Amino acid sequence: MGSTSAFNRRDLVKRAAALGIVAVPAMGMLSACASGGGSDSDNKVEKGKKSAKNPLAVNESAGLDVVIFDGGFGDKYAKDAQSEYLKAFPKADGKVKLSSTQKIQSTLQPRFNGGNPPDLVDNSGAEQMDFGTLVGKDQLTDLSALLDAPSVDDPNKKVRDTLRPGVVEMGQFGGKETWILYYAYTVYGVWYSKSNLQKLDAEYPETWDDMLALCAKAKKKGVAGWTYPGKYPYYLPFSLYPFIAKIGGAEVLRKIDNLEPNAWKDPAVKAAFDAYYELYKKGYVLKGSPGLDHLQSQKAWADGKALFIPNGSWVENESAKQIAKNPNFDLAVGAPSSLSDSDKMPYGTIWASGGEPYIVPRKARNAEGGMELLRIMLSKKSSQNFIRQVSSLTSLNGGTEGLKLPPGLASAQVALEKAGQNIVNPRLQDWYVALQKERIGVGALGEMMAGRLTPDEAIKKIQKYADDTRDDSSVKKYKR
Amino acid sequence: MKHGKYRFIAGFLVLPLAIYAIFVISPFVQAIYYSFTDWTGLSPDMKMVGLDNYARLFQDDVFWSAVGNSVTLLLLLPVVTLSLGLFFAFMLNVGGRRRKKAVIGGVRGSGTYKILYFFPQVLSVPIVALLFQFAYNPESGALNAFFDAVGLGNVQPDWLGDPQIALWCVMAAMVWANVGFYVVLFSAGMSSIPKDFYEAALLDGANRFNTFFRITLPLLWDTVQTGWIYMGILALDVSAFAFVQIMSVGPGGPDYSTEVLPLYVYQKTFRDGQAGYATAIGVSLLIVTLIFSAVVMRLGRRERLEF
Repeated sequence: MGSTSAFNRRDLVKRAAALGIVAVPAMGMLSACASGGGSDSDNKVEKGKKSAKNPLAVNESAGLDVVIFDGGFGDKYAKDAQSEYLKAFPKADGKVKLSSTQKIQSTLQPRFNGGNPPDLVDNSGAEQMDFGTLVGKDQLTDLSALLDAPSVDDPNKKVRDTLRPGVVEMGQFGGKETWILYYAYTVYGVWYSKSNLQKLDAEYPETWDDMLALCAKAKKKGVAGWTYPGKYPYYLPFSLYPFIAKIGGAEVLRKIDNLEPNAWKDPAVKAAFDAYYELYKKGYVLKGSPGLDHLQSQKAWADGKALFIPNGSWVENESAKQIAKNPNFDLAVGAPSSLSDSDKMPYGTIWASGGEPYIVPRKARNAEGGMELLRIMLSKKSSQNFIRQVSSLTSLNGGTEGLKLPPGLASAQVALEKAGQNIVNPRLQDWYVALQKERIGVGALGEMMAGRLTPDEAIKKIQKYADDTRDDSSVKKYKR
Repeated sequence: MKHGKYRFIAGFLVLPLAIYAIFVISPFVQAIYYSFTDWTGLSPDMKMVGLDNYARLFQDDVFWSAVGNSVTLLLLLPVVTLSLGLFFAFMLNVGGRRRKKAVIGGVRGSGTYKILYFFPQVLSVPIVALLFQFAYNPESGALNAFFDAVGLGNVQPDWLGDPQIALWCVMAAMVWANVGFYVVLFSAGMSSIPKDFYEAALLDGANRFNTFFRITLPLLWDTVQTGWIYMGILALDVSAFAFVQIMSVGPGGPDYSTEVLPLYVYQKTFRDGQAGYATAIGVSLLIVTLIFSAVVMRLGRRERLEF
């Protein structure tokens, strides 16, 4: 437009740029010290006096800084535990800070970099900080002191012995130290509504043939057999991985976790993939599932448009409103059906493992306080509080006595009892997040269930992804 | 005299330049420095690894598909958005039927259209992205319901779930969100073009096509060029990130079909704890941006028309 000023814009920009270039080298020196805040000056608070009431020797008047992931479980349970902490250490009143956020990493990254992290973190959600990196860079406190401390409810029992099987191991990364304490306990599997199955005169199919027959029956009535969040296809493994273990034994999953060569080429993987692919082929998967996110697919499923959905026990809380529309919904979880008589593990084999990973940073000022709060959270009182509030189990073994459990949680409890020792716990999703979620999930499983890859192609692709991860020196490797 | 002028100008620029240097230049320098380290982003200790990160880039398939998608966005998004913006603005201001007294005017109801076009601008990016995500929902979304309603029940694409069309779906949302701004920008530009130009052209028997390409477009060229750069940066930058992050499968999928450079930077930093590598990707994004603006500057260089 008609501007006619004495010198034009471009000239001005040029001159400003020239000045900027002169300024750059000077700034380089400034920036060199911009991230150097990690001096190891010991800023920890002094330890308190060890006593029966205070086994971790918490400094009674020290402040406590806690950051909670504000996700499906909210933060009320942690606040309740915090008031228990204050009851135990009244002198800390006013100095205990609890904040909750969904953006764990963007909130905490600068604090980790600067060397002043909080005392306890619930490192969960979409912005979970990478555990491999945290452990590899020595940023976490070993929680063994907490595990060896007496439990709140029974002074003769160590905290370690009150936890569900597998929880402590999950927090370890190949060594003796336990870096992470998983507070929630999640049961993964095939989730369904008992009443929706009853409408078809059916029970949960314990064999794959029954599963296919039921899906065929449902299809005639215009109901899909399965749906899944195609936007996040890494939900599929929640029922697919234990299915693989059931067919070929837990060993297959262990090899997969260890990124062993050709681990994915195991016949059990192929058999499981073929079975799921058949669901797609025969039109038993709800149309459009590849484009749905987790909430949309859960809604379609809760509305009765599909019978089954691979999910975790948080679904009861997350879909509570939609499920409530049908008062007889009667949510339940099923273990993977048996593919054939030659399956290596019995029916009932299920994936259950810790959720809501809590960590105490290495540079926490009051690490003892952070651990003490965890110890309180693992008491029966706080655990039951958690169960009541968010209908999910905690890592505290038992602790459900005298509680009326909601249907989904009750069925999860039954499933756990039925599984007994046959609980599998694939580690891919906490060891190699990118591999599990993006590459295997979005890159292969999602493509296969959308019919764009055959099982053979998907396996080939996944094996290559796994090999790439193994050969990638920037990713820390783990073994189990 | 000339010297004095520069010193005079520089005197005024000291403060802004200092701020510019601290908040714009120094992060660039830092980023370039970090791209030579193995910084995780989660702890302050790191070591220099030389050009390792860049060597890794060349073998990273995901990086290359991100580059491909970003460049596709960069080439198509400005063309589509600006063309639509120009077309709409022309119709609103010049393209209408001739009426009494007024030499030129917009189509009937152009005032209403202006508001309609601009409306998406008042919505924030996440809301637009979510709206489109609902529309694309293959199971209960508006688009497939529409196909159903007009008797095309067999055509039920997975939209965002289909790697063939996912990027186009995201792009459509971005165009929708941005075109209104350019309608208004170009409208403002057009209203400053003297009416007698059009009058003369119309007397000579020019049709709308001619008036657009012979008068409107040349006189608007500066505005179009600005819009082009702005739109290009948007295609490479935050907007692309936000749309892809919110809308796409994965995000970045399915099968990396919507992965874009800024999203990949984000994923490497905040998911994989590889901030050093991420800054290397960021530097490559900077290079793409620089090439783009250089090309646009060169192509867009034209004689300045004064009127």
